Amino acid sequence: MSEGEIVASFVVPVHPHTVLAPEQNPGWSRLRAAMDEAANTIKELEADLLIIYSTTWPSIIGHQLQADPNPEWVMVDHDFHDLGSIHYSFNIDAQFAHAWNQANHERGLQSRCVNYKGFPIDVGSVVALTLLNPDNIIPAVIVSSNVYANRSETTVMAKACLDVVKSTGRKAVAITAMSLSNRMFTEFIEAGDDRIHSLKDDEWNRKILEFLSEGRLEDVGQLSRTIQQQIRVRKVVAFKPMWWLSAMNGNRNDLTGQVLAYEAIHGAGGAVVHLDPTPSGQGDKEYDEDDVEYFHGERGVLDTAETNENGEDIVEAMESKSSGPELWEPTKAEGSVNTESAPKPVGAYPHARRVGDMLFLSGVGPRQPGTNAIPGGPIHDKEGEPMDYDIKAQTHAVVENVRRIVEEAGASMEQIVDVTTFLVDMKRDFAGYNEVWAETLGLVGPTRTTLAIDALPTPIAVEMKVILHLGQ
Amino acid sequence: MGGGKIVAGCLAPHPPHLVYAENPPQNEPVAEGGWEQLRWGYERLRESLADIEYDAIVLLSPHWQTYVGTHFLGLPNFKSLSVDPVFPNLFRYHYDLSIDVDLAKAIHDEAQASGMPVKMMENPDFRVDYGTITTGHLFNPEWDKPLVVLSSNRSTAYYSVEVMQEMMIELGKATRRAIEASGKRVVVLASNSLSHRHFTTESELPEDMSKEHITSHAMHLWDMRMIKYMRDGEAQRILDEMPEFTEQAIAESDGGGLSWLLSTLDVPDYPAILHGYGTIIGTGNAIVEWPCHKHEEENS
Repeated sequence: MSEGEIVASFVVPVHPHTVLAPEQNPGWSRLRAAMDEAANTIKELEADLLIIYSTTWPSIIGHQLQADPNPEWVMVDHDFHDLGSIHYSFNIDAQFAHAWNQANHERGLQSRCVNYKGFPIDVGSVVALTLLNPDNIIPAVIVSSNVYANRSETTVMAKACLDVVKSTGRKAVAITAMSLSNRMFTEFIEAGDDRIHSLKDDEWNRKILEFLSEGRLEDVGQLSRTIQQQIRVRKVVAFKPMWWLSAMNGNRNDLTGQVLAYEAIHGAGGAVVHLDPTPSGQGDKEYDEDDVEYFHGERGVLDTAETNENGEDIVEAMESKSSGPELWEPTKAEGSVNTESAPKPVGAYPHARRVGDMLFLSGVGPRQPGTNAIPGGPIHDKEGEPMDYDIKAQTHAVVENVRRIVEEAGASMEQIVDVTTFLVDMKRDFAGYNEVWAETLGLVGPTRTTLAIDALPTPIAVEMKVILHLGQ
Repeated sequence: MGGGKIVAGCLAPHPPHLVYAENPPQNEPVAEGGWEQLRWGYERLRESLADIEYDAIVLLSPHWQTYVGTHFLGLPNFKSLSVDPVFPNLFRYHYDLSIDVDLAKAIHDEAQASGMPVKMMENPDFRVDYGTITTGHLFNPEWDKPLVVLSSNRSTAYYSVEVMQEMMIELGKATRRAIEASGKRVVVLASNSLSHRHFTTESELPEDMSKEHITSHAMHLWDMRMIKYMRDGEAQRILDEMPEFTEQAIAESDGGGLSWLLSTLDVPDYPAILHGYGTIIGTGNAIVEWPCHKHEEENS
């Protein structure tokens, strides 16, 4: 399977006018035509997944991912209910949503899938999917916009999505459902009188579109805070969609951009923009902000360590990386298999070693390559005080590390024949570990032995010793 | 007509957790309990008003958010399934509510005459927001009184708390005039929390009360300050400090409900009754009654 990629990105407006009333205003009609053109482009690209980040789906408990395979209902806008109703029946890739959710957790994020009959799909997503996927052929996934999230969380969430796009070989289109300036007229206006709310909003919108037409997406992302201050009504704490879209495109400034339309919708700035990943040959970039791979949590702003089960633990994990055992470069004796995508050993040994048609892995834990962070949190702090941790997140991370090493050896998970698992707290953790096992390695079917032990070299709760039969 | 009156005004918050914890037949998820302090508070509120006759409930919910004017539910009946987009795991409620369209239109017209942008919502496919459903259920689980439901205009986001408050005070005066002219006896409800900073994580068991507390001491202090003003009959001080309270406590008063309520009650200078206070995923929630009927009897 070839590695997946983002084959195109689009910025699209959120209000229902383009679906319900394009004929009432020439500008709305031009936006509609641009949406139709975008739909044709997506079809020509033979995309097999639409990924929507919607600014009109707010969430509080992390991010939410739509995982109902076929959500059906009728959407009526809270403001523009007199324009009519939009009946929807969408094709959602629930499997991708669950994989993205898992990838989020592995990068330290809080997120969850939602699958409930009658869940109110937001207006931005309904408009985008109705017009960009009119035949409902291409499966989609929708993610919410967390009201408290800032740049790092939003960026890492995009990278988690990319992890899944790549590993599943998808040809995906990334879409942000958003306004540019979002200040609407606060009074009712005739459709024919619509215009951008103010000259200032219009000037900023045009500057954003100038950047996007030059493919300078990361520059717009780095202007997000300024844009929020200048032309955004403060419904949320930050202007996030450009952070997400930029990260989905590798934080690049050399995309090929095209503005398909820019018009007012009740005063707000609505635009349809196509961003093609083909390098434009221009657009040097100068980062003002650090890149980020892993979400460090809220750094104890709200909760104590006792009550925050997720973010706090992760921070502790990050902080503890320098106090753990020394990390070694993997050894390279004949038949050794080593990879940068697995955590470094804590001694002189390789990640794996091939002997004949057998592959033996060294003990694999949940530590993350590069950061050494422990998904689900460490089991104790630097002083050795016990901490709460998530055994399921740790087990998922172990399986993912196993997969990376196996794939580096050119083998597949289906070739695993025997696993020995070590748990530091059998009573507490067996059920959670066993649940993840059933969802992952249990589907492959190796023999298994699970042992309780006193401790492991790093503050982790689970480690696996894995053997593969590679066959002829 | 004339002769209408407000018999009570209440601060009646709408966290869906309270409905979830109660396990009514209309709600799909099932809980083991939780948030009893607040649910008992709602019980006390209902008991307090049990002997008071009234014709309709007028309610402003911050989860019907409108940016273009204030809107009113404008059809006699709404029946559907309300799924909370933020806590769908807790709230999937089958509702069937009736609207006092005449009173809604009367308030609409009175506000329009005052120069406010208003609109009747007459699309039968419209789904009523979960804030309205939650407060409606907790205040009147029998659903045997018609409602008037006002949207929350988001002028705080557009302009400032001060501008929001000016608009809501005007809307409150229009509401009061329309009620008085209607000849009806009415209860008015502002459906909002006080401090409103949520936790961003949820316990594996959402009703695990060992995890529940206010998000910060500062939020607690602000909530207690506001409750003291309510209990001391100093509504004007609440309005005076609304900008600081709303911004520093990230209060849900940003939706205008509390300002509208106090204006509708003519800025009461008599003590309110605190029926309950508690936190829900870190937010501060008070159930408070201004007993207009008693105040009138005592002063007549």
